[in-house]
Amino acid sequence: MSTTERNVVLHVDDVHKNYGGLHALSDIDLEIEEGKTHAIIGPNGAGKSTLLNVIVGRIPPSKGAVVFDGQVLTGKKPHEINQLGVARVFQTPEIFPELSVLQNVMVPAFAKRDGAFKVHMMRLLDSEAGIREEAEHLLADVGLHERRDTHAGALSRGDKRRMELAMCLIQHPRLLLLDEPTAGMSRHDTNTTIELLKKIKARGMTKIIIEHDMHVVFSLADRISVLAGGRVIVEGLPDEVRGNPKVQEAYLGGAH
Amino acid sequence: MGNLVSKLSLSRRDLLLLLAFGAAVLLMPLWLSPFGAAYPDLLQKFVIYAIFAVGFNLLFGLTGYLSFGHAAFLGAGSYAAVWSFKLLSMDALPALIFAVAISGIFALVIGYLSLRRSGIYFSILTLAFAQMSYNLAYSVLTPITNGETGLQLALDDPRVLDRALGPQPEGLPVPHLLGLELTGYTGFFFCALVLILAFYITVKIFSSPFGLMLRAIKSNQNRMGYMGFDTKPYALTVFVISGMFAGLAGALLAITDPLAGAERMQWTASGEVVLMTILGGVGTLVGPALGAVVIKYFENIFSAFNDQILSNAFAFVPEGLRETVVAIVGKFVGEGWHLTLGLIFVLVVVFLPGGIMEGIRRIMSLFRRAQRPAKGAPARIQPAE
Repeated sequence: MSTTERNVVLHVDDVHKNYGGLHALSDIDLEIEEGKTHAIIGPNGAGKSTLLNVIVGRIPPSKGAVVFDGQVLTGKKPHEINQLGVARVFQTPEIFPELSVLQNVMVPAFAKRDGAFKVHMMRLLDSEAGIREEAEHLLADVGLHERRDTHAGALSRGDKRRMELAMCLIQHPRLLLLDEPTAGMSRHDTNTTIELLKKIKARGMTKIIIEHDMHVVFSLADRISVLAGGRVIVEGLPDEVRGNPKVQEAYLGGAH
Repeated sequence: MGNLVSKLSLSRRDLLLLLAFGAAVLLMPLWLSPFGAAYPDLLQKFVIYAIFAVGFNLLFGLTGYLSFGHAAFLGAGSYAAVWSFKLLSMDALPALIFAVAISGIFALVIGYLSLRRSGIYFSILTLAFAQMSYNLAYSVLTPITNGETGLQLALDDPRVLDRALGPQPEGLPVPHLLGLELTGYTGFFFCALVLILAFYITVKIFSSPFGLMLRAIKSNQNRMGYMGFDTKPYALTVFVISGMFAGLAGALLAITDPLAGAERMQWTASGEVVLMTILGGVGTLVGPALGAVVIKYFENIFSAFNDQILSNAFAFVPEGLRETVVAIVGKFVGEGWHLTLGLIFVLVVVFLPGGIMEGIRRIMSLFRRAQRPAKGAPARIQPAE
């Protein structure tokens, strides 16, 4: 695809976020192309998670706007943003610990099918065969099918993350945000997750991924933005970013 | 059986539970008689408060929102039912419909305001609204509530529907269902059938997608937002349903004894339903009803024990010692029944956080383990429910 026919699905337009005198984000401009995986990297405290929180509506920006597919996300509530097709995997797994693994994956499917609010009181959960089948299928994809009846709270951290991924995928989001999807995982689990994310990519889903692990970033990213001190210091293709002296400097001068 | 399953649209397991529950409720006059509790007045209280607790548990057990003001809806239901008797008819049906509608609207208003907050702030708001209702019933709203005397039937009540249908008998009329007087055991069986219907609705909600959404709200409300749910209307819907159950219970109190007083709205009454639910088992289907029976049993039976009954019971103890035993045990019965209840509550919360139902589940699993000796590593996977 040549750069002239780029199909940009998410614009981050001149976003600033200040906490008192602290500039957590300044002059952030991003354009995310449809179907691509865009990685955001940078040293600790660079503002990566803040940026993700601004996109999903958890934190309002001090200035600027986020536009997804022609719709301004800024000022919308988290559930409204999700209903537009934006799903998110959290840095620490955000799940329903008291529900079974299967139920965890079924719940978001109802939001996708029925919208933000619909009462099905006289219908049986067991008769929701479509949603159940899809949830079981996704659990098989992430390797948790055998544990579908376990309490989600009893899963290991890595399993929780994979389950959370299935919870996002069942919504068929147009944009998936992943906040350090492999943090705290063993090398083996990390590789499994990379393979899984590659499989999703083949389905044409747009992804923004925040990651510390450079192995993960360079395995998956089509494009990389480097954040430092709340600003984008470098943006480009993985090969361009890899050798950039500014990036080296940011990491060496940072917390590491 | 299969036919019934599809007609009631229940899973096989839930249908069996409903049938067992229904049988247990209808047979209460039999199995409660060894406990000295098988008289209609008390049995009615058991089933009415069971409705109250089952409805309260829909809100607290499923969503985790702890309302400390649910008695307000019970009281509103009672007042609405008595007004229906006074103005419309002594028939129970209009009274029930009227009471459920009024308490539903009342719950909609209070729920809308209280659900703007969660956790302890929600509880405090509901408590504040209920106490406000209680105080208003004694003061400003006296024309509607008849203040301290309580709202009662009078000979010259309009009862438009009844009078339109024909001349009225002498004396104060009795609530009836299509001509069947709802006193004594008839009253009990009527309340029992309403409880079974309420339980059926509860089972349906528990096993529906709506029930799953409510449990997910309890588990992680934030996450619900990020996956596209607007959680407020879900919580408000179940709050209103729960308020309607309370109104239903209030109406039945008025049907079995046609008067309504403000003390039904007091915070102690709101606290009592919390105790019933926790004692029986929060979030379980049968637990709250069981808790209601246990608490009402203690309130009515234990409080009636006096020293005379005790010394008869301890007749086997030698003379000199008997007075001491009676004096000690006497502290736990009669007016001291709250002490016994408090001790039981503390024991249950400390040793059985899941209430009586958890105790039953533990005993059942003990039996199951005894039947099937463990083979190999017991990698027990907890089933989700």
